[in-house]
Amino acid sequence: MNITDLTVHELMEKLEKKELTSEEITKAYIDRINEKEKDVDAFVTLTTDDALKQAKEIDEKRKNGEDVSKLAGIPIGIKDNMCTKGVKTTCSSKMLENFISPYDATVVEKINEIQMPSLGKLNMDEFAMGGSTEYSYFKKTKNPWNLNKVPGGSSGGSAAAVAAKMVPWALGSDTGGSIRQPASLCGVVGLKPTYGLVSRFGLVAFASSLDQIGPITKDVKDAAMLLNVIAGHDERDTTSAIVEKKDYVKALKNDVKGLKIGVPKEYFGEGINEEVKETLEEAIKKYEELGATVEECSINVADYALATYYIIACAEASSNLGRFDGIRYGYRTKNYENLKDIYRNSRSEGFGAEVKRRIILGTYVLSSGYYDAYYKKAQQVRTLVKQEFAKAFEKYDVLLTPTSPTVAFNIGEKSENPLEMYLSDICTVSVNIAGLPGISIPVGVDKSGMPIGMQLIGNHFEEETILNAAYTYEQSIKFKEKYEPEFKK
Amino acid sequence: MDVSKEEIKHIAKLANLNLKEDEIDKYILNLQDILNFANIVNNAPTEGVEEAIGVQNKENVFRKDEVKKFSNREELLQNAPDKENGMFKIPKVI
Repeated sequence: MNITDLTVHELMEKLEKKELTSEEITKAYIDRINEKEKDVDAFVTLTTDDALKQAKEIDEKRKNGEDVSKLAGIPIGIKDNMCTKGVKTTCSSKMLENFISPYDATVVEKINEIQMPSLGKLNMDEFAMGGSTEYSYFKKTKNPWNLNKVPGGSSGGSAAAVAAKMVPWALGSDTGGSIRQPASLCGVVGLKPTYGLVSRFGLVAFASSLDQIGPITKDVKDAAMLLNVIAGHDERDTTSAIVEKKDYVKALKNDVKGLKIGVPKEYFGEGINEEVKETLEEAIKKYEELGATVEECSINVADYALATYYIIACAEASSNLGRFDGIRYGYRTKNYENLKDIYRNSRSEGFGAEVKRRIILGTYVLSSGYYDAYYKKAQQVRTLVKQEFAKAFEKYDVLLTPTSPTVAFNIGEKSENPLEMYLSDICTVSVNIAGLPGISIPVGVDKSGMPIGMQLIGNHFEEETILNAAYTYEQSIKFKEKYEPEFKK
Repeated sequence: MDVSKEEIKHIAKLANLNLKEDEIDKYILNLQDILNFANIVNNAPTEGVEEAIGVQNKENVFRKDEVKKFSNREELLQNAPDKENGMFKIPKVI
């Protein structure tokens, strides 16, 4: 048995039956990191020594009969935009290269409470802006299925680390697809919860009305388990929803009889790769065989969603990133005479090209003369997108789409063409605009062996429905048993 | 959608960014590309549609206005690029 092949729910069972210790599990992952990290480059900061120390302490506690969580001692990886007290939180930016948060993000507190050792902080596009993790200031993460390809982004480090089995599971964040798209490109499961289900306190803000933290895991059951850990109201995030605590694992029934699935035709049009379409058509057939009803439907305003997303996300980013001024924390220029110089030069030297591009776009669409034509318009379209989805969910329980229009692309292929990079978010952004939950699961591979993802979208706070639908399909196709990343060079 | 050099410079100034000449040319092209694409929102049927203010149509969330002491001042200040006597230090303003 290879420990790193096991899912977290399998590890948990083995811990319970005393067939494995936390130390053995953590050591196995550290060995795997030592073997694969040089090829994949998924981590910004490693905390493996502390993780091992913590794992030993938990074994000791278990031995002494102390009451610890079933998940205690199972390690995790954290995207580097979530604040971790005492450990650097860089957002993969020169701006925060040496930033050490004085407090933990709420999700990190929850993980610490359960005593899951963190193996390290995972690479991302700078400030979560990008779809390939190529915009990290530190390094380019590679796709474990083919090291010449991108892992997707912005949570590319998280998805690649899970796919490469360097962490049993990880946390990512998703503003326009940043959990689901890399999960799709790396052949793992990624869940973006409903806006408000998981606290954003301590998540470095990109676009506050769109950002949401969620799990990236080996399978759907693990995603449900990690959602159990991180979901919940938090008064430190005023957009945090007050909803009853659920056990998402209980929702996994392996049964979709009577489930109504809508397939919005706008997501199968131009720009969607043929092999991606064919693979999803197989999924649709399978769902019908399993007893679900599947119907083509329409989200009329889908064509406007991507433009709307980039206007709103950049506008919010330009405001959120105003705080980086070189005074209280973050990079400060050496080159200044007065205060204004500190602001300008620190920002100009500390931010990378894509971050500056988005700040400029955001400032532009908010500036007088353009506000009505862009920002106001986009907020009106946002209302329309919400209404369209609300209408669709009167009729359907789940909407089924591709996660990404293509499989993973080559490193360098899109990094010089921002608009082309933005187009890879075309299937995912409307979910954030409407604040809905969405999950991506691997459903097949293309001719070159690269994974293809399927996205299931649910109504607000209906995570149980999409998790069960995803789980049922996963059980029927057993992707994980058939395919495995090959680290092709 | 044409963006002029002057406009880009004005926007950069508003955003507190310096742009080098070659950056200006690059960002003009990028911005034009993206804005041409973003213009599609102006074709949407938005007549009489209200602007969204976010995802939820929630009420204001209030909390008591209480001072809470942050326990570790040193940890807060450790990230400051320049400090003196427990305060952030900046160049002379007046």
